[in-house]
Amino acid sequence: MNVLVYLLPLALLLGIGGLFAFLWSLKSGQYDDLDGAAVRVLADDDLPQQGHADKGRARP
Amino acid sequence: MAEAIDYSIFVGKAEDGLAQMSLAIDGIDCAACIAEIENGVKALPGVVRARLNYSTHRLTVAWREETTPDVVVRQLEVLGYRAHPFAGRAEENEARHARWLLRCLGVAGFAAMNIMLLSVSVWSGNVTDITPETRDFFHWISALIALPAAAYAGQPFFQSAVRAIRSGRLNMDVPITIGVTLALGMSVFETALSREHAYFDSAIMLLFFLLAGRYLDHEARRRTRATAGNIAALRGEMAHRLGADGVPVLVPVQALKAGDTILVQPGERVAADGVVASGLSAVDESLVTGETLPRPLKAGDPVYAGSLNGEGALHLTVTAGGENTLVDDVQRLLDGALAEKGAYVRLADRVARLYAPMVHLTALVSAIGWILAGAGVHDAVMIAVAVLIITCPCALALAVPAVQVTATGRLFRAGLLVNAGDMLERLALVDTVVFDKTGTLTLPEPALALPRGADPALVALAGRLALSSRHPLARVVAQRADGAPLENVTELSGQGVEAVLDGRVLRLGSLAFCDAVAPATLPAGASLIAFRHGTQSLVMGIEQALRPDARQVVEALKARGLDVRILSGDRAAAVQPVAAALGIAVAEAGLKPAGKIAVLDALKARGRRVLMVGDGLNDAPALAAAAVSLSPASGAAVTQAQADAVFLGRRLGPVLSAVDGSRTAALLMRQNLAIAVLYNVIAVPLAIAGLVTPLVAALAMSGSSILVTVNALRAARPGRKDEANDARRGAEADALEEVAA
Repeated sequence: MNVLVYLLPLALLLGIGGLFAFLWSLKSGQYDDLDGAAVRVLADDDLPQQGHADKGRARP
Repeated sequence: MAEAIDYSIFVGKAEDGLAQMSLAIDGIDCAACIAEIENGVKALPGVVRARLNYSTHRLTVAWREETTPDVVVRQLEVLGYRAHPFAGRAEENEARHARWLLRCLGVAGFAAMNIMLLSVSVWSGNVTDITPETRDFFHWISALIALPAAAYAGQPFFQSAVRAIRSGRLNMDVPITIGVTLALGMSVFETALSREHAYFDSAIMLLFFLLAGRYLDHEARRRTRATAGNIAALRGEMAHRLGADGVPVLVPVQALKAGDTILVQPGERVAADGVVASGLSAVDESLVTGETLPRPLKAGDPVYAGSLNGEGALHLTVTAGGENTLVDDVQRLLDGALAEKGAYVRLADRVARLYAPMVHLTALVSAIGWILAGAGVHDAVMIAVAVLIITCPCALALAVPAVQVTATGRLFRAGLLVNAGDMLERLALVDTVVFDKTGTLTLPEPALALPRGADPALVALAGRLALSSRHPLARVVAQRADGAPLENVTELSGQGVEAVLDGRVLRLGSLAFCDAVAPATLPAGASLIAFRHGTQSLVMGIEQALRPDARQVVEALKARGLDVRILSGDRAAAVQPVAAALGIAVAEAGLKPAGKIAVLDALKARGRRVLMVGDGLNDAPALAAAAVSLSPASGAAVTQAQADAVFLGRRLGPVLSAVDGSRTAALLMRQNLAIAVLYNVIAVPLAIAGLVTPLVAALAMSGSSILVTVNALRAARPGRKDEANDARRGAEADALEEVAA
């Protein structure tokens, strides 16, 4: 049973860590724009910007 | 150079002291737009931040002194997007509420996982060899997690329950609050006495499920509202306000105050209610009263917001500023109609009203019953608590919102924005559909009707001449122009425009001005405009064209057993042809707002449930008086505020989708309630018999909740047959539109 002495606090700490990570991500606005986050990852910010005309032609 | 625009009322202060503004953006069609807009705006001098929300199509810009708001708007125009500033204070509150619900959900989720970890150990220990000391230790730790977590995550329910009780009502949150509080209290008591059963896990899991339902519900409504807000903002209503020096400045209508003087140019929509200070003109009030013939105006006459000015410039003294523009009569009727409406009670509330007292009575009766049967007071109370936990309306509270979320989500994709949460329930009961004509059955913008055998080259030439006129009828003709505007055009007030091309005189205007005779092949009820080019003459009709799929939708509504009617404020001569074309037998014309309400009341008195579809300001009271109401996105802002849902686009199809979707949703809601009731019928006797352990409670509760949620998801899937019909209707409508164009 002695194993509980450190396993239980450990489990709780991990849970609280997860909770705080969630609250932090919420506060920093990561759930405000779920659709945007999904497509922003595809943007190449290291390449020079393409104009609107290029984008228009690239689309089917 | 465009006219300077004063956007100052939309500019706020960011947390770091920078000036900040939100804009609704139109024209975002793919992910590449994000970088283009953000980088394009950030390239402006002085702009510090630009962040686009891709879900809501809103851009937030923060800048230092070097930039003004209209520079940002113009830059976006250069990039190819229409933008309009936005003051969304109500939405900010909603966003804050959504984040709060999510925080509560996170806390409940954390607590539920950790307590379940401990509970599973206790349950498995109870059937093997757990020592009472270890069990108590686990229970105390559970209590340590559960009590603060419930105090925090339960707030949405506790607050709502307190509000309901204060106003003398009962809602679902009352039994939830009582159930959770009692379960926690009893569990602490049991733990203190070192007993075997504690319900910490049930109480917290209950909160978690309920919060999930509530968050989804809130999020779906917020999304609809954000889109509706964008439409309103992008309409971009502006007014030319005359300063003290007599120079007009373009300002957003929200910035207008009573007493301001505004300039209304020919062909411009009147931005606010007012009185004519100077100028002569006629206004088309079809959006206000439904009447399509222009009303002549002179100094001292009242003008209503939404009217379309004719050929003369007007100076108006504003009587009602900003968003309060509304005709007095309409406001009075609206208040009356709203007062009468309160009769409908939501399905969930009706169930709650019955359910809550029943639950508490059952718990009480079982406790008393056990005491009478000779059980100890402690055992009797434990059983009563078990009954309360089992009956805690987890599935019942999810039954209706879960269907609403999925069904409104599906309607959203079909082009329908739902304003009122209970709209689906009310719409499913409808047996009569009443349409307004102008702007609802017909398209909001007029179309050109040509006599048979009209020469296309002549029409195109008329279009080029029309480009120089600001008359509303000429603007319709101008859409057919095939080249640049003609030069040296003179406008003769009240008659038309004239120009000379290759030595021949061109005239566009009234029939007398062009010396033309109306042919018989033009549709009845159309406004006429004539064109003369030397010896050739052409008379064209301007009419309200039907929405491309109006006929199919009306037929489909009739096929579903609905009684379809027209109530219009327009002349009978304009209404009859539309009714005949659509196959609608009952069509009443020339109705004032009060007349429309009278007709709806007569229908109501005969036990009919009416769906009213309308767009004009004159429809707003009727919309409020009807059981359910829909409005097209092109309608007057006040009207949309009254409508239960707003539909987008040129088609009438969303009305049919709404009817079908609501019927499916209502069926699923009833099924879900039946599942919830069935669960109670099985579980409550077990609880009364004292057979429910915490393990059984946990399984029963999560099982019924999941079953209800899965059933609700079916509302998101259109039936095969529906889908085929939708596709066919869409294709037919497209074909018709091509023919018309």
